[in-house]
Amino acid sequence: MSYTINVNGTSHTVDVDGDTPLLWVLRDTLDLKGSKFGCGMGLCGACTVHINGKPTRSCIAPISTVGTSNITTIEGVGTSETGKRVQDAWLKVDVVQCGYCQAGQIMSATALLTANQKPTDKDIDDAMSGNLCRCATYVRIRAAIKLAAGLPTTDSREV
Amino acid sequence: MATVTNPRTDDSALSRRAFLSVSAAAGGGMLLALSIPQDADAAVALASSESHPEKDAALNAYVTIAADNTVTIMSKIPEIGQGIKTSLPMIVAEELDAKWSDVHIVQAPLDKVFGMQFAGGSFSTPMNWDLQRRMGAAARAMLITAAALEWKVPESDITTSQGKVLAKDGRSLTYGQLAAKAVKVIPPDMSKLLLKDPKNYELVGKSVGGIDSPKIVVGQPLFGIDVNVPGMRYAVFQKCPVFGGKVVSANLDEVKARPGVLNVFIVPVVASTGLPDGMAMGLQSGVAIVASSWWQANKALETLKVVWDEGPVASQSSAGFAAKAQELSTQVPHKVIRTDGDPKGAMAGAAKVIEAAYSYPFVAHSPLEPMNTTASVVDGKVQIWSPTQYPALGRTLTAKTLGIPEDAITINVTRCGGGFGRRLGSDFMVEAAMIAKLQGEPVKLLWNRNQDLQHEFYRPGGFHYFKAGLDAQGQLIAFTDHYIGYANGPKASNSADLAPAEFPAKYVKNLELSTSTMQLGVPTGPMRAPGSNAHAFVFQSFLDEVAHAAGKDPLQHLIDLYAEERVAPPPPAKGPPGGGPFGNLGPPFSGKRAQGVLEQVRDTSGWGKRQLPSGTGMGVAFYYSHLGYFAEVVQASVAPADGTIKVDKIWVVGDVGSVIINPTGALNQCQGAVIDGISQALGQQITINRGRVAQTFPEYPLLRMYQAPQVEVNFRLTPFPPTGLGEPALPPVIPALCNAIFAATGKRIRKLPIDTRQLKT
Repeated sequence: MSYTINVNGTSHTVDVDGDTPLLWVLRDTLDLKGSKFGCGMGLCGACTVHINGKPTRSCIAPISTVGTSNITTIEGVGTSETGKRVQDAWLKVDVVQCGYCQAGQIMSATALLTANQKPTDKDIDDAMSGNLCRCATYVRIRAAIKLAAGLPTTDSREV
Repeated sequence: MATVTNPRTDDSALSRRAFLSVSAAAGGGMLLALSIPQDADAAVALASSESHPEKDAALNAYVTIAADNTVTIMSKIPEIGQGIKTSLPMIVAEELDAKWSDVHIVQAPLDKVFGMQFAGGSFSTPMNWDLQRRMGAAARAMLITAAALEWKVPESDITTSQGKVLAKDGRSLTYGQLAAKAVKVIPPDMSKLLLKDPKNYELVGKSVGGIDSPKIVVGQPLFGIDVNVPGMRYAVFQKCPVFGGKVVSANLDEVKARPGVLNVFIVPVVASTGLPDGMAMGLQSGVAIVASSWWQANKALETLKVVWDEGPVASQSSAGFAAKAQELSTQVPHKVIRTDGDPKGAMAGAAKVIEAAYSYPFVAHSPLEPMNTTASVVDGKVQIWSPTQYPALGRTLTAKTLGIPEDAITINVTRCGGGFGRRLGSDFMVEAAMIAKLQGEPVKLLWNRNQDLQHEFYRPGGFHYFKAGLDAQGQLIAFTDHYIGYANGPKASNSADLAPAEFPAKYVKNLELSTSTMQLGVPTGPMRAPGSNAHAFVFQSFLDEVAHAAGKDPLQHLIDLYAEERVAPPPPAKGPPGGGPFGNLGPPFSGKRAQGVLEQVRDTSGWGKRQLPSGTGMGVAFYYSHLGYFAEVVQASVAPADGTIKVDKIWVVGDVGSVIINPTGALNQCQGAVIDGISQALGQQITINRGRVAQTFPEYPLLRMYQAPQVEVNFRLTPFPPTGLGEPALPPVIPALCNAIFAATGKRIRKLPIDTRQLKT
């Protein structure tokens, strides 16, 4: 079936089965490989994109439900001021180990900072706990989010 | 800065082949005397295949300098998140005096010119430190020679800095201007190169961000799963849920009728490859579904019905093994692997004897990028793109399985979305190659997440039955362990062995280590700090019990234990503890280095000096593996109502020698390793039930952001060559956590994963 979707400000018409998850349309039909397949169950967050600004697990979002929403992927998130700030903070803090989950992490972090400019540690926990990092770069993800928010990067949680 | 002098200036053009042979031989052979066959043509092709072949000058297999000053450095080791693609080229660039912003790093494909190429054992740094320094220094020496000939001045009047050659008289040339001439000089004697004094390092020892990170944060395709090959099809492969089971029949036609499905076929088992390593397990039987999209191939699995011959492993279960281990623990061990002094006599005469039984489960690596490989088989030639930690093993396995020569196979190594040892196995690679061959088209094979969890090379579980005897002063005078693990035939299962040098061996006068085994049909393999990740938990937890039984501070108890070797060293084992088949890469174990990190972590953590609320405790552990010394303190709180554990903070002190090559990467590895260990201890367990894995991915909890503790890492620099960091920070964190829980609650964790129900009060 034919669907017209709006990805990173560009309209694309694709011919796929209606139950095809958005992730696979992005990756294999549109060749936008930045969003990653981790689990296909909405549990790891590697596939996170924004649909109308909301962080969404694209591996469990059938293309038939997307309609004309604005979809933003890791390839496009840097065009927003917040997205760019998050990407820069990721490099400055040197977050990445293997890097496989980081597109999803950056998408979730950008959505958090767009909605909440000065997140607390609890806010970060709540917004980011849907994104697994198997390399466990959590210490640096936390620091990078704070850096992007202009907050002190030290871990301020009580010990 | 130290100046490299080259006594042999010779303007005659040495043939490129001869030159590359020399540099490859010198480079590959120095540190380990490994036999590196030369393949100069391959090295030429490699060095010049990137960017501008007509202008590039390959000074050796690792260093190519273009006229525009771009310095291309080959990164020989697969990148799995350990940061090696940044840190090894830093070493080359340091000795070369290259400008880092001119450096372009290329992932080397599998090629014998690079010697051993695998990511495992934290070996990459100790095996390549000297080699990479010399490859950089040799290239620099050739540039100096070329400049000396150009300017007609002695080499001693020439120095280098930031990609330039500088003469005393003020003249200078960039590396790019000299490269074409430098190629023609006779390379220096690799064994006589003068290397920089580390105090003059400008790059090594400074933090450099991950070389691929700018591409990663914008979503560029770098991973195996991202590979696109023209005309490529997509495949899934369903194997028997029972390990070693075979397809009898399947409803192929019904599946073929599903949307997008192009082909469905049974792949026969080619199980015997004659390769000694269990991880080179041959191709398993299964059903391949090939479709126009991966989603369609995977979706078609819903329709697939297979009649399996489950085979003998179907009778195996974790519960059965636990009962069998219990039974074996009351019997004479199958094998005594070490006896010092008179353990039985000393135990009988001890003032106090404590006993404890410990166990840990099978664990899956679960890297986030599921297993995948893209393969193309055309006219008997195989092209492979694979996220692999061990491309050479994959190539051998593929060649044997497909019945073709190894040189018909090209392996392109992609970035790996995590490894942790999982990708040392090559099952996914050989499957992709066979499916592509049978399909007659390029195929990307991708496993789904549950397949990934249920077909692994698991960290083997194990059972330990300990006994310790203390004298009236609380001194540990006798120690025994009966370890009950797994075997395949006469040999311990992969990564299930216990080294006779396992601490406290040598540090207790009367000691016995013994083993018994149970036959296992489940594939096992190395997982981050193999062996050590399990043995650290049991030995360092039980030693904490010993300290408490002796009424001693656990941290001081460890320092005291490491004070002197009480038993003369036996003949050297086959490698360092936690080492492996590649011999001794570093100096022998030093109790002083162990004490050093313990003393430092006592200070950084405020051990014994901090007031902790009720329900909160600190625990300590030390472990030596992969040539690294790590002492760690964990502070954890336990909620009395439900036993929930909160890990507050981890203090890490590591000793990996004299230089931290890339501090930001080094810290990242340690932060990740300790949180990885906490993740294992808190929730990870693979249960075998009727020969298959009981868990699906939702039942295999990996640690998340809200559970991630603070981590403080410090390095203690000691005058030894630098060693690797992918693994050694992990093992001690698990016993440190369990010891912290004991300090917080008085309850001893003797089984992983931690059952919080036992911590309720």
